Amino acid sequence: MIAELGHFALILAFFVAAIQSIVPLLGAQKNWMGWMAVGQPAATAQFLLIAIAFAALTHAFVTSDFSVALVYENSHTDKPMLYKISGVWGNHEGSMLLWVLILSLFGAAAAWFGGNLPPRLKARVLSIQGLIGVAFLAFILFTSNPFTRMADVAMNGRGLNPLLQDPGLAFHPPFLYLGYVGLSMSFSFALAALIEGRVDAAWARWVRPWTLAAWIFLTIGIALGSWWAYYELGWGGFWFWDPVENASFMPWLLAAALLHSAIVVEKREALKSWTILLAILAFGFSLIGTFIVRSGVITSVHSFANDPERGVFILAILAVFVGGALCLYAVRASAMQARGVFSLFSRESALVLNNILLAVGALVVFVGTIWPLVAEMFWDRKLSVGAPFFNKSFTPFIVALALILPVGAFVPWKRGRLDRLMRPLLPAFGLALVIAGLVWTVWSGRTIMALIASFLGAWIILGVLAELWQRAGRRVSRLRRLPRADWGKAVAHAGFGVTIIGVGLLLAGQVEDIRVAKIGQPFDVGQYQITLENVEQTEGPNYTSTMGLMRISRGGDLIGMVHPEKRIYPVEGMPTTEAAIKSGFFGDIYLVIGDQQANGDWAVRTYLKPFADWIWGGALLMALGGALSLSDRRYRVSAVGRKRAGARKTLVRE
Amino acid sequence: MRALVFIFLMALSSPALAVLPDEVLHDPSLEARARQISQLLRCPVCQGENIDDSNAGVARDLRLMVRARVLAGDSNQEVLDYISARYGEYVLFSPQARGINLVLYLTAPIIFVISLLGAFFYLRRRRGEAHPGASELSAAERARLKALLED
Repeated sequence: MIAELGHFALILAFFVAAIQSIVPLLGAQKNWMGWMAVGQPAATAQFLLIAIAFAALTHAFVTSDFSVALVYENSHTDKPMLYKISGVWGNHEGSMLLWVLILSLFGAAAAWFGGNLPPRLKARVLSIQGLIGVAFLAFILFTSNPFTRMADVAMNGRGLNPLLQDPGLAFHPPFLYLGYVGLSMSFSFALAALIEGRVDAAWARWVRPWTLAAWIFLTIGIALGSWWAYYELGWGGFWFWDPVENASFMPWLLAAALLHSAIVVEKREALKSWTILLAILAFGFSLIGTFIVRSGVITSVHSFANDPERGVFILAILAVFVGGALCLYAVRASAMQARGVFSLFSRESALVLNNILLAVGALVVFVGTIWPLVAEMFWDRKLSVGAPFFNKSFTPFIVALALILPVGAFVPWKRGRLDRLMRPLLPAFGLALVIAGLVWTVWSGRTIMALIASFLGAWIILGVLAELWQRAGRRVSRLRRLPRADWGKAVAHAGFGVTIIGVGLLLAGQVEDIRVAKIGQPFDVGQYQITLENVEQTEGPNYTSTMGLMRISRGGDLIGMVHPEKRIYPVEGMPTTEAAIKSGFFGDIYLVIGDQQANGDWAVRTYLKPFADWIWGGALLMALGGALSLSDRRYRVSAVGRKRAGARKTLVRE
Repeated sequence: MRALVFIFLMALSSPALAVLPDEVLHDPSLEARARQISQLLRCPVCQGENIDDSNAGVARDLRLMVRARVLAGDSNQEVLDYISARYGEYVLFSPQARGINLVLYLTAPIIFVISLLGAFFYLRRRRGEAHPGASELSAAERARLKALLED
């Protein structure tokens, strides 16, 4: 009964979304206030209805209602509660429901917090948001109904892929979707601006927080996924250039570009049409990502859907929205006129360069991701594009970005002078060279990557410090009074530097040791002595485990006792490797236990992963920087202004 | 084909480590080269894993083949050619940069150069425009913008 209620709520949501997509748009065109006002309650109603549907599906999973086909296929009574709940979105239908839930949440948020938007812009934004909702609700209702019942009720379910039964991955999709779908707001604002035929500083100020929020969520979502791959897949890889990873990385790169170009629109009223185009493309790539993941067109570890009907449906949505938006853009973009004037060497130019590097980086990823598909379709060639291609084609753009970042972040608007600029930055540059030289001497014999990464990372971080110091007028007391936006920028940029150091030093300096270990007999890996103390069989809630006990020491000092595991999930009939990781500031010791050999010894793999945690630490700093910037006074103040406007409204009514 | 499926299922059912201890070459520099080459080779039955990271039987065969060729004195490129001649270009993670594959390698660099040139001319023009002819705001809009900016 509850499942049917959920289904019914979803159908209602579809009709509400249809109204939301048409009525306010017409109202805005004809200047009918009443019609424009429909958007707000419709957005709220759409969100509530989808929330009811989502709650109904969650209820079915939590109570293990195996008469619902989706629950039967993806759940099991033995599963811990956390994974019963995360099982809701651990499959195609449920994840699409989460997608529209978040979409409608953003629409509703625009309705609730958009009090200071001009009514016409708001009506149009809500309409476009509703239109996206219509498309995806139709997709769910016609091709991916999560509430389908089974003719025969099964006694128990088939369980969830054990790789997905992990806290890191339980929260990976919601964050990623908050990011993907959050970019729909920038898209809706861009289209509304195109229809209005104008973009100004105020518009950029409304768009930026939404984009920033989406980008923060994407950052966290991608970092969670990468961290999960690192500790769960058993060899400590953190990024595979898998099509599904690329699908989330492209919108991230474009959203990062959009954040920066929107600053130029906000502060200098330039780059308007480019910013609009970026907003369209960023969400367009979210849709492409959804297509790649959900259609199974490019088979990869992540795609669990392999239904062409669904692929064609999403492709149609993609074509209509991106194609439609680009047509509108072609017709209306010339109406955007830039005002700001600036010289070649200026913050504006630096941000243009930032945008080119990020966008071309996204293009590299895009071409590499779809090339196997294109080559097979048109030239009938089956080929692969993987990590080696991306590493050599993508990295140069990131290196260039890192090189210009401290200068670009520092140069003033309108016109900069190189000599004046270099005075505070020169010490940072010199010190970065010294640090890189030190790393190079300590790590002699490693690849050149260690040198490059440590220099770039140090250059960015020191450059950030130099900038903060300069901005605070070289006085410590003033540092605390810098606006949050300045701190946010500093922290996010430093995070980028930290991630570069992590990736570069990990790749350059990791050590691997594969051997057959005798119980009780220590072996050396790098400067550590590792001993396999014993191995025992244990039982988990829904798996059996072969658990090793290993001692890690250095020069006689005990560093830690750890438990690498090999698990078998009987319901799903799948094994997983649970590596034991001893984390440290300067690197991880990563231990994996393998099969028992004929003579009773065990295969063991040991990795030393220098600076591994810096990769995700840097990503966290980037997200934190975004959050700091989001909490800046100028965004919070608009909330006060809204309250004031609201108070005025109630007065008028009384 | 059925054999491949069988191998794949076998690989799934036994949680073996990817590179097994008995595969490792005694000469560390040759082993390092084998690992380097392995990064460039895709396991033909897996979903986007290289042969080092894969548990599949065919990946093990390829790893042994790489090591045999390295021991026989082949250069890295010769090993790659040897294996792609037998397993098709599908196993190369970085496709050969010739023929139509040049599209893959050259699209982004070409677009990069074009956009740099475009940006340069755009920026030079912006510098040259003394008084941009932008549409003026209405009085109400200006007041609103002012209020927003001052908040």
